[in-house]
Amino acid sequence: MEGRAHCRARRTLYARRVPSRDFPQVRLHIVTGKGGTGKSTVAASLALGLAATEQNVLLCEVEGRQGIARMFDVEPLPYAERRIATGLPGPDGRRGGIVHALHIDPESALLEYLSMYYKLGRAGKALDRFGVIEFATTIAPGVRDVLLTGKVYEASRRNARNKKAISYDAVVLDAPPTGRIAAFLGVNQELAGLARMGPIKNQADSVTTLFRSERTAVHLVTVLEEMPVQELADGIAELRRHGLPVGGAVVNQVRPRDLDDGDLAAVRAGKVTKRKVAADLTRGGLTGNGDLVLSLLTEARHHAERRALEDAQRVIVDDLDLPTYELPRLAGGIDLGGLYELAGMLRDQGLA
Amino acid sequence: MRTRSRVGPQSLTGGRALDVDGLLDDPHTGIIVCCGSGGVGKTTTSAALGLRAAERGRKVVVLTIDPARRLAQSMGIEALDNTPRPVKGLHWAPGFGGSPGDGAPWMDAMMLDMKRTFDEVVESQASPEKARQILENPFYIALSSSFAGTQEYMAMEKLGQLYADSRRDGTYDLIVVDTPPSRSALDFLDAPERLSSFLDGRFIRLLLAPAKGPARLMSAGLGMVTNALTKVLGAQVLRDMQTFVAAFDTLFGGFRQRAQKTFELLQADGTAFLVVAAPEDDALREAAYFVERLSEDEMPLAGLVVNRASPQPLGDVSAEEAMAAAQRLRHNDPDSLTAGLLRLHADRVRIVEREARLRRRFEAAHPQVPTAVVPALAGDVHDLDGLRQVGALLAGERPT
Repeated sequence: MEGRAHCRARRTLYARRVPSRDFPQVRLHIVTGKGGTGKSTVAASLALGLAATEQNVLLCEVEGRQGIARMFDVEPLPYAERRIATGLPGPDGRRGGIVHALHIDPESALLEYLSMYYKLGRAGKALDRFGVIEFATTIAPGVRDVLLTGKVYEASRRNARNKKAISYDAVVLDAPPTGRIAAFLGVNQELAGLARMGPIKNQADSVTTLFRSERTAVHLVTVLEEMPVQELADGIAELRRHGLPVGGAVVNQVRPRDLDDGDLAAVRAGKVTKRKVAADLTRGGLTGNGDLVLSLLTEARHHAERRALEDAQRVIVDDLDLPTYELPRLAGGIDLGGLYELAGMLRDQGLA
Repeated sequence: MRTRSRVGPQSLTGGRALDVDGLLDDPHTGIIVCCGSGGVGKTTTSAALGLRAAERGRKVVVLTIDPARRLAQSMGIEALDNTPRPVKGLHWAPGFGGSPGDGAPWMDAMMLDMKRTFDEVVESQASPEKARQILENPFYIALSSSFAGTQEYMAMEKLGQLYADSRRDGTYDLIVVDTPPSRSALDFLDAPERLSSFLDGRFIRLLLAPAKGPARLMSAGLGMVTNALTKVLGAQVLRDMQTFVAAFDTLFGGFRQRAQKTFELLQADGTAFLVVAAPEDDALREAAYFVERLSEDEMPLAGLVVNRASPQPLGDVSAEEAMAAAQRLRHNDPDSLTAGLLRLHADRVRIVEREARLRRRFEAAHPQVPTAVVPALAGDVHDLDGLRQVGALLAGERPT
């Protein structure tokens, strides 16, 4: 016993566990972004990256898509915390912590809420029979979101005193898209609806307090195209207006940087000739491929144009003055290996 | 090594190609509904289809749900609202117009205001006194502005209105509808049903029961339920809901009827559903759900649109060969530009192969669905010319 206590003390002393280099005080990481920018991928990678130094990390999803199960190649998740992966190896090659996953659906969250706070075991069933559960989770305005965020809240603030449940060092929420994020987090007063009136209001208020605290950060994912970057800027403004802590901007699916600025300038100026490329190809061992030459030149122009747009959008992102992280577009798509690869990059850049 | 079969857009149309112009030109096509998951370019597709149809002689209105500001601007409209606004700058497509009486091509665009639309339905259905009661009810205000399904429901309601108006006045002969970025593929088809089953269901009777005196429903179970509701929602909310339901009572029938009519309109021959996707795993999976769901509800599915496909490279050099050659070049000249091009080419080949694999998977499961593949543009869409270009690509025209 003495030895273990000693070990723990040493570890605290020499390898102080810092969950996220750039956001050391944050325990709840909320990941949002425009649809199609890859926010679920980023959330999953972030969870893997945080688990490099953390014992227990929870990855939550709330949109009923079973995206986590697909990404981690496991059976569809129930409304229960499941261990789904080992985190990225830690510093010194130490084995990573555990990533758990939770698929939160509003019906189960409501039943759990009722049994926890109102001891409504059997009445829950009766409520279901009268269509009350369906009403509360699909129609009653705002209630659904409070139920979803309420569960995230509960999981985020467990501590060691809670013997029955795992106390998480970090929680990552794969949240709804930017357009709905303020309403989802329950800070959009005019839209919060019923959640702002009944006793459920107390619940909503505690949740909001956590969301607005320094223990939370909302990260936004974007790609370097006009509309997603515009939505990023709008999203940041809206989050700030509602007093929510904006974390970092994750620029996702960045094109390869195989051509440097000089190369790109040469391409744009039309200085890269067929003859030159053909000669190079021959030297590289690809002889007599006229189609390839044409293809390379077309692709070069296409790429140069896209890169110019990406660079322009990148300037706009930089002007937003947030900690910014970059992830590449993975040509082979995102499999489990890809998630770890991205997790490593988030870690190297300090988000995880 | 060099005998691999071709992959990419060319081989895709081994499945059936979607005849976009045929669909747009067919006078029987009265409604086109674009559905798909968020971020796949649904709104751009809707606008591009509308523009192309208008310039080919249809009188078009495009109903968008929540267009990005830039897209509204690309149609020359600073802020879209609940009223159709004319889009300026249209010109006839080659071979169209020109005969006397053709006039100018015509397209309107609008953005759904769900609360406004809901209010209008209430106003049109209830006496002024009753309408006022409803519109002021806190529960109604919350329901009309934040219920997640209201947007879907009101999109369908607006579609029904536009259709009825254009039938009566001959304003439009083609309505292009962009659907809300639903959380789940099924929301927009479910919402009308869900709302009307709610308005019609036991829950409402339960709410009405106290107002209507003790009914047979008054049982131990009911008492428990009302108790639970009061605990969770609070007495005030429950009272608001009861007032709302009582005031709304006579309107339920009308609502249900309208929802039913819109549903039938969607099932009718003149409607064409287009499922929009990007060549990504999630988006195509979602598209598959849509296809299943549409056929389950006997909705007329016209086809699949795969946006932002990576352009097919020429030649048949594999990614590995390109990488190997790049390495050889770099060995002699670390700054070789051609080596950079080869690496980009390898990246492109890998992406095109992955996209083709994903589309083949979709095609194997849904061989009956005609598909249009739209190659990614190098730039973003800013204006009508950009939309026109997307429309041309949708129709299968390829830049030479």
